[in-house]
Order: sequence, then C-alpha cells, then structure tokens
Amino acid sequence: MSAILPPSERLWWKEPIAKTEWLWIAIAFVWGMIMFVMMIYWHIYGKQNLSNEAYKTTPEAFAAKAEQFIAENTVRVETGLEGSEIPVVKVPNGGDGYLIARLWNWYPILELEKGQEYKIHLSSMDYNHGFSLQPVNINIQVIPGYEHVVKMTPTSSGTFAIVCNEFCGIGHHSMLGRIYVK
Amino acid sequence: MATTYRTCPASGLQFEAHAEKLMKWNAVAAVLWLLVGGITAIGVIMTRWPAFKLLPPDQFYQILTAHGVDMLLCWIIFFEMAVLYFASSVLLRCRLATPKWGWVQFWLMVVGSVMTNVAIFQGESSVMFTSYVPMQAAPHFYLGLILFAVGALIGCGVFFGTLVVAKKDKTYTGSIPMVTFGALTAAIIAVFTILTGAGILLPTFLWSIGLIKEVDPQLYRMVWWGLGHSSQQINVAAHVSIWYLIPAIVIGAKPLSEKVSRGAFLMYILFLQLASAHHLLSDPGMSAEWKVLNTSYFMYFAVMASMIHGFTVPGAIEAAQRRRGFTNGLFEWLRKAPWGNPAFSGMFISLVSFGFLGGISGVVLGTEQINMLMHNTFYVPGHFHTTVVTGTTLAFMAVTYLLVPTLFKREMIHPKLCQIQPYLFGIAMSITGLVMMGAGTLGVSRRHWDMAFSGAPFQYEWPGAAMLMMGMTGFFGMVTIVGGALWIYLVVGSLLWGKKLDGGAVSDKPTPIPAATPAASASHHGSDHVGVPGTVVLVMALLISFVLYYFVNWKYLSEVWLLS
Repeated sequence: MSAILPPSERLWWKEPIAKTEWLWIAIAFVWGMIMFVMMIYWHIYGKQNLSNEAYKTTPEAFAAKAEQFIAENTVRVETGLEGSEIPVVKVPNGGDGYLIARLWNWYPILELEKGQEYKIHLSSMDYNHGFSLQPVNINIQVIPGYEHVVKMTPTSSGTFAIVCNEFCGIGHHSMLGRIYVK
Repeated sequence: MATTYRTCPASGLQFEAHAEKLMKWNAVAAVLWLLVGGITAIGVIMTRWPAFKLLPPDQFYQILTAHGVDMLLCWIIFFEMAVLYFASSVLLRCRLATPKWGWVQFWLMVVGSVMTNVAIFQGESSVMFTSYVPMQAAPHFYLGLILFAVGALIGCGVFFGTLVVAKKDKTYTGSIPMVTFGALTAAIIAVFTILTGAGILLPTFLWSIGLIKEVDPQLYRMVWWGLGHSSQQINVAAHVSIWYLIPAIVIGAKPLSEKVSRGAFLMYILFLQLASAHHLLSDPGMSAEWKVLNTSYFMYFAVMASMIHGFTVPGAIEAAQRRRGFTNGLFEWLRKAPWGNPAFSGMFISLVSFGFLGGISGVVLGTEQINMLMHNTFYVPGHFHTTVVTGTTLAFMAVTYLLVPTLFKREMIHPKLCQIQPYLFGIAMSITGLVMMGAGTLGVSRRHWDMAFSGAPFQYEWPGAAMLMMGMTGFFGMVTIVGGALWIYLVVGSLLWGKKLDGGAVSDKPTPIPAATPAASASHHGSDHVGVPGTVVLVMALLISFVLYYFVNWKYLSEVWLLS
C-alpha cells in the first residue's frame, strides 16, 4: 500500500496507469524530443556551434607554430601592468591565429576585425585552462596536448578580456588575456 | 552471527542489531564530515564575497578542494551507506548480510576519507575535487579516494546480499517496496560509478608515484566524469527514494502507480550515466555527434524520468491528503500539509528546489551549444548547489528528523528550532544557488580567487550586477551555513541530550511483513483512486518555466560572436 511496503497488488505491473499520468509522461517525452531536435536544428541553422576541428599535438609543436605566427604578424608591442612586454598580433583576415594558454598568461594579444572570420588555434602548454571571453561570455576548455581550431567571427568591436576559468594553480586569478576587435 | 531484532514502538520499523549499529556509525561519520565541509564552506564563501576576500589564494584553493571532497563524497556517501542498510534490512525486516563486511565498508571509508583530507591539508594536493591531470596531487590523495570507493563498493555488496537474505528468508511477499527499489537503483548506479572511478583513479595514482609516465588529459576528463557525475546520480536516486519515503511515513502516501515510478527509476539506471558526457561539451576532443547523442538524446530519457518523479511524488502526497479529507479546491491538500513537521517540509522544499532550480538549470547547462555560455562559470556551482544541496542534502537532513527518534531512540531537542531549520537552510540555499547562476550568466568564473585580477597584465571589470550577485551569494551563503550549523547542533544535541525514548521489544527472530490481504488489494483496486488536479497545475508551472528559460538561453546564445 505504501512506498515502504511491498506493493499490495502482487501483479502491480498489470495495473492500469491513470490518464493524467500518461499525459504527463507524453508531455515529458515530447519535450525531451524537442530539446534534442533543437540542438540538431542549431547545427544546421544556428550560427554559434563549437568547432569540431581538433588535433593531437605537443606543447613544443604548438609553441613553435605559435612563435612563427607571432614573428610574422606582430604589429606592435604593449607593456603589461606588471612590466612584461606582450606582442600584439594581427590575425590575417580569414586566416589562422594562435593563442597559447600557459601558467599564467594568454599569449599573445590578438587583434581582429569585426565581421571577419578567423581560425583561432587554442592549446595549453601545461595544465587545463579555460578560455572565457568577456564580456561576450564564450567559454571553451583548453587542454594540453590538444590543438583546438575554433572558427570565430567577432560581431562587436572593442577590447575584450580572456579570463582563465579553469583552475590552474596559485596564479590562476592573474591569468588575464586580451583581444582587440576593430 | 547471532543477532536480535528491535521493533520501534512509535514507527513500527524493525531494526536488526548489526544493521542498526552500522547505520548509526555511518550516519554519525556523515554528520562529522558535513561539519568539516560546513567549516570549509565559511572560508569559500567569505573569500568569494568580494567585500571580504578572507583567505589568501593558496588557502582558498586548499579549502575549496576540501569542501568539494568532504561534501560531495564524504558526507553524502557515508549517509548513503546508512540509507542502503535502512532500505534493505529495515524495510525488508531481515538480518543484514555479512555484517563483518559492513564494518570493512565503514573503516575503509573512514581511512580513505581521512587520508585524502590529510593530503589536502598538508597543502600539496590543492587540485580541486576534479583533480584534472596533469596537475598532480600527493599519492595519498588518490589512494584515499580509492580506499573510500572500495569501501562504498563493499557497502553496495552488503546491500545486494541483504536483498538476497530477505528473499531467501521470505520476510516479505511479492516485490520489494518502492523505496527499496529506489535504493537498489542507487546501488546499481554506484557500482558503475565506482568501477569507472577505479578505472581512472588507479592509473592516476600509479602516475603520481611515477609508475606510469602520462595520463591523457582529455581521456582523464572523460573517464573521471563517469565517476564525478554518475556519483551525483546515486544521490538523485537516493534522495528521490527519500521523497517517496517521508510522505509514506508522515501522511501514509503511496505511489500513484508502482509501474510508472519504478519505470522511472529503471530509466535512471539505463540513461543517467551518459549524462557525465555533458561536462565535455566545450572540450576539443569530442565530435558534435558524440556530444549530442550522449548528453541529450539519452540524457533526456533521464530528464523524462525525473519529470515523472516530479509528478508522482507530489501526486502521491496530494492523493494521500485528499484521502484524508482535504478535498476542497485545487490546493487545500497542499495548504493543510504537515508544514510544521520538519521531515515533511524539508522533503517538499527539496523537491521544489531540485525541480525548479537544479533540474531546469542542469538541462539548460547540458545543452550542447548553450553550454558555451556557462562552462566553468559560477553558473555551474549554482546549478549543483540546487541539486546536491537543496536536493540531496536537504532530503537527508529531512529524513534524519525521522531517524533520530526511531534509530537513535532520542527525542529531538528544541522542536521549534527543528521546525524552522528546513526553511532557513532550504530557502537560503535556493536563493544562493539562484544568484550564483545569475553571476555565472554574467560570466563570473568558478574556482577563482580574485575578481579584481590582481597581478594580471591587464584589467577587466566585471559588470556591477555581477559584483552585486557575488555579494548576495556571500550573504545568503552565510545564512545557509547558519541553517546547516543549526541542523548539526540539533542532531548532535539530540543524540547527546535528547530525551531517551523506549526502544521497543527485542526478539531473536524477525517478524515478517504481513502479506497484503486479498481484501485490501481489492479495495485498493477500485474505489480509492483519486485525481490529482493540484499536482497537474504544479507540474504545468514547472513545464512553462522550463520551456521559457530554455528558449531564453538560445536567445542569449544567438547574440554572442559567431562560431563554427
């Protein structure tokens, strides 16, 4: 009779289910299917889908590619608040840009143009890091040994911050990067 | 082993001596870990409250690691061991299988949990609950977790064995009760979870002592979440069982349909584990197809199961109340529910908060593309504090109000304070969770010491609303801690100074559960079906909130930079 006693009807699986219960089960099922289809719909018609392009890499190999990209495309150098010199690198329109995540900075500063599509390569030199673009609020996991190629098109211009939002040790809170969009 | 059986005069529940002792020790260990977890919560909250920023970063990350491990594992799993022994030995009125192994369970978990905590407080293991490689903790951090998990696995074995004992000794007829079925669900998920955990923690332990060169960081994340999230599904199955248990004891509620509720539990077993994939939605290493299939398609069957419980639990309460004569209008049953009984009020707040806050936010967070808006933000702890805390912890607190008199034979002290406690804790935690999610929606990171980014090469200022939400998180978080501390005081105080109650008659033999009489089944079959219109209104409110909030987030997503 009760939830703490064996079912009073021994053949409980043969008892009918009330109409309201059936109705709710049907609603729950349909809603689940709507939510499922919604993700596929967004893959076809939506404009915000995280790229699937990823490669196994090593910190050395990724750093080498990133250094080459920086050497070829640096437009100026900025001095950080704590005195470090950080190159500002203009990513060629429609081209590839590299962003290194490491203890504890995002390197280099990227410069983009509004409305242009870029392939931004993300990887970590050491631990897990979190690419959190603010105040846009796009959040992507960055994992050592994996090179993630994310296609992105800025739709707003200004100065954007990259907060690290995956715990990466004692200096985690100082890991702040920058992207300029003209 | 010789044993005795005690029948509690107030509740009629029958306690076998070994099971009783094990339940007590596991419950006490759980409460002590909740105390440690609660003290660490003060440090976490007061540091994240921007106006205070209490601790330096090294201590903050250290106690945040401890808070996660002690709350999510130690407090909850110790308590779940007591729930498993209760749902098997007490509800089936049989002896506990292999009580010696029960003690192995208990001591392994004690040694494991202490070992991991020692590692954390020594300071070399501030790696967070998730301990993502290649960040490395001390070897005994992983070893402690492994011992703890093996202990829990043994506890599940004792539970399964006890079901066999009950069947063999014929202490009940027909099928096991719903609550036992729910506990069985939890135990089955636990076995899967713990084996997955062994699959990743063993290699990680070997890596920490230098026997393995490398653990792939992406693989680690995938397998670890088979432990990390699935262990939360054990909690869901356990606290849903308690949602069925408390109204059954307090107002004599019974499931609307055994078939529907048990089917929903079965769907948890089949589909919940796959939900662990939703932690990898913003990771590089998985394809979109993999993400959509694992996190959604199958997960939505699990969501459906939760939505079914969300109907049948209040439905069972409404039906019981209407049978007791509260039949006026849509909601007389709800107004006249035993709100002064902390077991009932705690259970009901747990149900509502888990459904409206934890459930909806979890599904939205677990949507492939929308995840990018919230991944690793403060939204995530906001979500799980409204599932694991207002859901599981509050349900466990509520059921303790019933266990202290029956299991520990003590009257609760300060009945007025007992009445207030579930409201204080449940409502404060719900508000905290809500403002945490608000801050996360504005981008605020989780596991982050300094919103001012001191020492960074640049500056970034969070929106004023985000700072406000973090301040509110601090305030309501502290109120929640007061509510939790009050519960610990009431429970420990009752065990120490509560009026001793009569334990009831002790016998050498178990009294089997009387078989349901044919007459009782006959009357059950026809006449006592009652409609549950009030519950229909409640679940419709849930559905509408769910649909609106879900699509609002797609709208937010459509406004960010284009990604492909």
